[in-house]
Amino acid sequence: MASTIRVRATSTGDTTEVQALIQHPMDSGFVKDAQGAIIPPHFIQELTFEYDGKAVFVADWGGGISKDPYVKFAFKGGKKGDDLKVSWVDNKGATDTTTAKIQ
Amino acid sequence: MSARFAIHVASAALALLTFASLPANAADTVDPAADAKVFKKFFTDKFPKLGLEDFVNGPYSMNEDLHKQWEEKEQFPPYEFSLEAGKEMFSKPFKNGKSYEDCFPNKGIGVRQNYPYFDEKEGKVVTLELALNRCREANGEAPFSYVKDDMAALTAYMAFTSRGKPMDIKIPGDPRALEAYQKGKEYFYTRRGQLNFSCATCHIQSPSIRRTMNIAISNITCPMSATDCRFPARERGHEDRDAQVYLRRDASGHGCYVGIGREH
Repeated sequence: MASTIRVRATSTGDTTEVQALIQHPMDSGFVKDAQGAIIPPHFIQELTFEYDGKAVFVADWGGGISKDPYVKFAFKGGKKGDDLKVSWVDNKGATDTTTAKIQ
Repeated sequence: MSARFAIHVASAALALLTFASLPANAADTVDPAADAKVFKKFFTDKFPKLGLEDFVNGPYSMNEDLHKQWEEKEQFPPYEFSLEAGKEMFSKPFKNGKSYEDCFPNKGIGVRQNYPYFDEKEGKVVTLELALNRCREANGEAPFSYVKDDMAALTAYMAFTSRGKPMDIKIPGDPRALEAYQKGKEYFYTRRGQLNFSCATCHIQSPSIRRTMNIAISNITCPMSATDCRFPARERGHEDRDAQVYLRRDASGHGCYVGIGREH
């Protein structure tokens, strides 16, 4: 099955810019369905980007983050061809991880 | 007695006169081409600095910052997931072995701009959603709801294959087509619902740099853009983040008039 994470990292000079789009329902737990029952909370709680074994970006999320979240950030360092590892854990304990090469 | 009789005759004659004048009035006001001109002029007058081809991109053509954000988003479009789901659905054959390709010209690729069209044999407006459901039912599958994700993904994919092509809605001179057009036009301008808004309230009365300029002012010159594929579009002004999907379906079912205001 395809990964839920799409990531693109580009390195220019001494900074690497990262964009990621994650497929996830991100249900807050406050929304009701058509029958009036609460849709249970189902959202990513922790999102981590690792480069060279170190975490360069960590996100602690709650139910307020929208469906299919998009993240963009830049970090110092990173060379072309190196790996960038992305992983998330949600409130149900599910996880996904992917590794992309920095372009 | 005769006076009363005379009055009766007079009032009957008056009634006849009033009723007689109505149909003639309605028949000669349906002129899609004239409407299109007025529509176009309204928007070009309101936004003189925009080129015709910029209107289709709505607020992104009017605000530099928004435009930059939009271009950035296009690198990683949030609608990608729906598109992929739609492509998968479109390519998967039905239980009987046939597929959507068999129901559409050019195998369904790059044809979205021709919908809705008026089918003169049937005397009915055929939207893309209707055509897709007919295809499904003709091949033994259950039809999709117009307001759920499945139909949205399918139509989004088909629209994506037409990206860049101008909408090409044709309204034949057939009186039934003009009637459908008129119905659509009336729907567009009628207030309804809890908020008592009509489509025109937001799309004509108050377009601004913030919202709702996604109306093609000429179905000939305005190409389909990325906004066709925003399912669900959270940055829009509609309360429910999936509301754009509903509006799209809703608008598409209402006559040929939507051809002038591109179905949003």
